[in-house]
Amino acid sequence: MSVLLELFTEFALLSFVAFGGATALLPELYRVVVEHHHWMDATTFAHLYAIAQAAPGPNVLVVTLIGWQVAGLAGALTATLAMCLPMSIVVYLLFSHWDRFKGARWQRAIQLGVAPLAVGLIFSGATLVGQSAGLGWAGWGFVLAVAVFSTKTKFHPLWCIAAGAVLGLAGVV
Amino acid sequence: MSGEQNKAPPAVTLAALFFGFSKIGLSGFGGVLPFARHYLVESSRWMTAEEFNQQLGLCQFLPGPNVVNLAVVVGRRYGGLAGACLSAFGLLAGPVAIVLLLALLYDAYGALPQAQAMLRGIAAAGSGLLFAMAFRMALAIKRKPFFLPFTGLVFVAIALLRWPLPAVMLAGIALSGAVAYGLLRKDEA
Repeated sequence: MSVLLELFTEFALLSFVAFGGATALLPELYRVVVEHHHWMDATTFAHLYAIAQAAPGPNVLVVTLIGWQVAGLAGALTATLAMCLPMSIVVYLLFSHWDRFKGARWQRAIQLGVAPLAVGLIFSGATLVGQSAGLGWAGWGFVLAVAVFSTKTKFHPLWCIAAGAVLGLAGVV
Repeated sequence: MSGEQNKAPPAVTLAALFFGFSKIGLSGFGGVLPFARHYLVESSRWMTAEEFNQQLGLCQFLPGPNVVNLAVVVGRRYGGLAGACLSAFGLLAGPVAIVLLLALLYDAYGALPQAQAMLRGIAAAGSGLLFAMAFRMALAIKRKPFFLPFTGLVFVAIALLRWPLPAVMLAGIALSGAVAYGLLRKDEA
């Protein structure tokens, strides 16, 4: 029971700083789950991210999988709820007042100021996922190839994921 | 177009909200926002493009999973509290069920060397896709000389120094928000 409570409070707290959504939160999820609580090792964390990538749905699902790994079905539901519920309540209550502060200078300043921070978080998450997957030179080469390919072309990201699965199975990456 | 915004919202049942958001949730990989726009604006026509942008504005301004926030806002508009709950539930129920099935498979077969190798490859692809996403977002940042240093500072603090994110984000918002406020004030003076 206490693990569920810890999961809920940790993730509910994090939802308040999840600017840029669950993707931007990856490095902090890693810090809390792997380094602080030792709920799983780095490799498992990378695997869970991989599974979430290969499944349909919103980015928040990686949180569901982390909850599952920590405390089974109850953990999965607790973690998902903790990540979604607090801001859902805020957005529900705030929406009718949005018109009043939308476009105010402080509001635009925060929006403008948060964007570069979220980009830094996603660069960090990308680095940590690669590191915790335990990639060698070939692996990082593939990371670079995917990054360039996905930036330069319009192919669906699933092609990159399928390529990763095949190269992984073949022992290349 | 602006006339349409004032029109009363079309009647949308709770069941339609649930199934609509279920469809959105299951339609995308690695984020479903583009599908939400397509479904809400183009195929179901529950809202105009301007209304969508306006509602998304708040959801992207606030922290938390943006698409879940969007489901709450849209559901609330058409069905009050019940609509908000059913929309968010519809969005998450299908994908959560699928991901839990995959988790069962991972528990059963995850230790096999083949599964480990395949997941390492997918994680590598995921890492590459994240780099691409960060790169695209960095290109879209306005006033790069002012704001890209903050991207670098966050990377150093989070990825290299491993500082806790809440403190880094609060300090970052204070500094970067102050710079943004100053720039906006100068522009509008």
